[in-house]
Amino acid sequence: MRGLAFDIAHMLAGFLVLASFLMLYQARLFALLHVLALHALVLALSVAWQAHIQGAPHLYITAAIALGFKAMLIPWALRRIVFQLGVHREIEAVGGIGLTMLAGMGLVALSLEVMLPVTAQADPVAREDIALALSVVLIGLLMMVTRRNAVSQVVGFLSLENGIILAATGARGMPLVVEISVAFSVLIAFIVIGIFLFRIRERFDSVDVGALDQFRGGRQ
Amino acid sequence: MIDLVAAAIAGFCVLAVAGGLLGRAAAGHFLVYGGCLLLCLGTLGAGLAAMMAPPTTLLLPLGIPWIGVHLRLDALSGFFLFLVGLGSAGASLFAIGYAAHDEQPQRVLPFYPLFLAGMHLVLLADDAFAFQFAWELMSLASWALVLAQHRDPANAQAGFVYLVMAVFSGLAMLLSFALMAGGQGSFAFDAMRASHPAPILAAVAFGLALVGAGSKAGLVPLHVWLPLAHPAAPSHVSALMSGVMTKVALYGFIRVVFDLLGGVPWWAATIVLVLGGVTAVVGVLQAMLERDLKRLLAYSTVENIGIVFVGLGLAMAFRANGFVAGAALAFTAALFHALNHTLFKSLLFFGAGAVLTVTGTRDIDQLGGLIKRMPVTSAAVLAGCLAISALPPMNGFASEWLTFQAVLLRPELPQWGLKLAIPADGALLALAAALAAACFVRMFGIAFLGRPRSIEAAIAHEVDRWSLGAMVGFGTLALLAGLFPGVVIDLLRPVSKAVLGASMPVQMGDPWMTTIPVEASRSSYNAALLALFVALSGGLAAVMVKRLGSRGLRRAPAWDCGFPDPSPMTQYTGGSFAQPVQRVYEGLGYQVREHVDMPPPGATRAARFSTTRSDLVWDWVYRPLGDWVGRIAGALNVLQFLTIRRYLGFVFVALIVLLLALALWQ
Repeated sequence: MRGLAFDIAHMLAGFLVLASFLMLYQARLFALLHVLALHALVLALSVAWQAHIQGAPHLYITAAIALGFKAMLIPWALRRIVFQLGVHREIEAVGGIGLTMLAGMGLVALSLEVMLPVTAQADPVAREDIALALSVVLIGLLMMVTRRNAVSQVVGFLSLENGIILAATGARGMPLVVEISVAFSVLIAFIVIGIFLFRIRERFDSVDVGALDQFRGGRQ
Repeated sequence: MIDLVAAAIAGFCVLAVAGGLLGRAAAGHFLVYGGCLLLCLGTLGAGLAAMMAPPTTLLLPLGIPWIGVHLRLDALSGFFLFLVGLGSAGASLFAIGYAAHDEQPQRVLPFYPLFLAGMHLVLLADDAFAFQFAWELMSLASWALVLAQHRDPANAQAGFVYLVMAVFSGLAMLLSFALMAGGQGSFAFDAMRASHPAPILAAVAFGLALVGAGSKAGLVPLHVWLPLAHPAAPSHVSALMSGVMTKVALYGFIRVVFDLLGGVPWWAATIVLVLGGVTAVVGVLQAMLERDLKRLLAYSTVENIGIVFVGLGLAMAFRANGFVAGAALAFTAALFHALNHTLFKSLLFFGAGAVLTVTGTRDIDQLGGLIKRMPVTSAAVLAGCLAISALPPMNGFASEWLTFQAVLLRPELPQWGLKLAIPADGALLALAAALAAACFVRMFGIAFLGRPRSIEAAIAHEVDRWSLGAMVGFGTLALLAGLFPGVVIDLLRPVSKAVLGASMPVQMGDPWMTTIPVEASRSSYNAALLALFVALSGGLAAVMVKRLGSRGLRRAPAWDCGFPDPSPMTQYTGGSFAQPVQRVYEGLGYQVREHVDMPPPGATRAARFSTTRSDLVWDWVYRPLGDWVGRIAGALNVLQFLTIRRYLGFVFVALIVLLLALALWQ
């Protein structure tokens, strides 16, 4: 049982990293939103599995929040926004997709290299989870940095947050209140960013953040 | 005892609030300064009692939760409490009269009691948090006082320089405490005393404390803010900053180096000795050349801080070599000089404030002849000048003489650094003492003697009674401390005993009240006898001159009474007095350009002579440093106009670099 529990937890976390790579690869907005939903679904599964093996029923609530909010509500809301705003549906990336993927692989290697020696004494399940969670966070950040479109920056931010949830649930004894507050903070961040999207659109007829920068007189 | 002092500090805070509320009311200044005077008299007494009593502690449930504020009153803080209480009481008494004409009292009244509270709290603090808080409170309150007349751009500049130096000093002290707290992170002074950090850490902590306390006290080359900030404040605050706050900085240095660190190695003593000697000479040279009365006094403070640091350096050197009797002598001399400096420097700043009130100028070349218009002020200032010039029987002589006795002890010290530094310091101190005498002969002679150089000086009148009381009181104290140095030395015995474990021999046991620092065969000083001799010979000389000098027949031009040109501008000026010194010592901390503008032959316009003086420390250290900071800030300005993506990119890259460093470091 011990070995199987570890393997499944490891597989789900690995699948989350894979989903992050899928996001990096997507060149179209709707496909990206679908991958975001998939990302959150995998997270929900992973958290549910943690709840099962840790015997911590409150983690099921976290999993339900992930499933409800992140896998359904937020992708649907983003999809509506994209429809309503009539956003240009192709994503302009900085640097080639291939280069970004390579960088992502480097980040995974880096986070494994950093995390595994640091957490040598920790529970092996938590240990692998935290290393993979760090790579999800870093890839999310990479996505925010390499995308020009505001919607895809939001997606990058949400995937980053998923990585944080994964790390938090991997550690034993994380109180529920922390997870709920993180979930709510993400929701609020989403609302704020959504409002900003509308405002940017209103002014510049585009959600390309480059327009915002030109307005501020900055350089590309 | 300690709870009384803590209550007094709370009282200062109440007075600060009252000052804020009643700032504009007519009775406001009377209430605030009167209240401060009473509280300071209380802390003065408490300090005096604490010097004799064993240490007492107090834990207040304030500040950081579960840690609180540790306060402690021992012999060392008791002595400085006495000193601060004395100086502050004098300044408050002076201010009752002086500040009555203040145009914007609401800019001074709330901060003055806060400044006093900060200085008192520094002395009581027994943990690094409380010390640091009090230190910053003292800095910020005095900064607000420096900016009391903030419309003057020179004052704004002074405030800026002072703030930068105060922040720097606070940072250095903070880092020093952090190093002494060590890995356990215990910030109580008791834990720091008990712990023995590694020599390299102790050395860095010593250096930081020297820089932190030195920049607050005015050690060269960290002294640049004193001549800017001290004159900018109102005169009673100048007296506090120069006479009292620099002593609080000395206390910080002594507390860290002599108490918390335990002993320091000999090379640390060498550094302090060299810096002290250089500070004394550079300070007094700048004072000699200064025309502005209050700037002159501020530079002279730099000199006196140098003398005190020489005493402390000697004590460190002797202590490092296990020669505790010598260390006790040098330490006592340093503390005695600190006390004396508080007395005479406060007195001189009061005098400068009185002159400023009645004439509206601080430029000594606009003054003159004040001795006839302001006889009491002049007499008090003359006493202060005698004391600061280290002339017997005033107190300045007693403490400088003790310092020289410590220099002349010259035991067999094995270290080459000390072998070189101690005799060199003796020479530097002698030079500084001679120049100080010249400097104050110049100051008194130009400002108070001769004929008035401006209409304001000619119509000057005596100041109010409160101010006169403060000046005469401090003058009397300076004379008494000079006549009976044994009393003060005996008072300092428990302090030296508590800090060094040794003290000077008892002085008051001698029937003739002779001061004997080491042994009678070596050297002794009987102030009262010397004073009697000075009075007798001076009186005899005066009588002889009066009786015999005017008898002789002299031949002189008719109708000119000794003044061929009636204009007061033909008198010797401060510039003329300083010129020989200025030429001889050029390059020692300053540079002078003399411009002579001669009219061509045949032209009838006047020739002009002018000098411009530049401070080398400012030009070589501070200006390049400021330029560098400005350049870097200009380069970083670009960061303000980047795209969102680039900001994110910076965060991302920083994170990656840190993770990489972590990965490689493992």
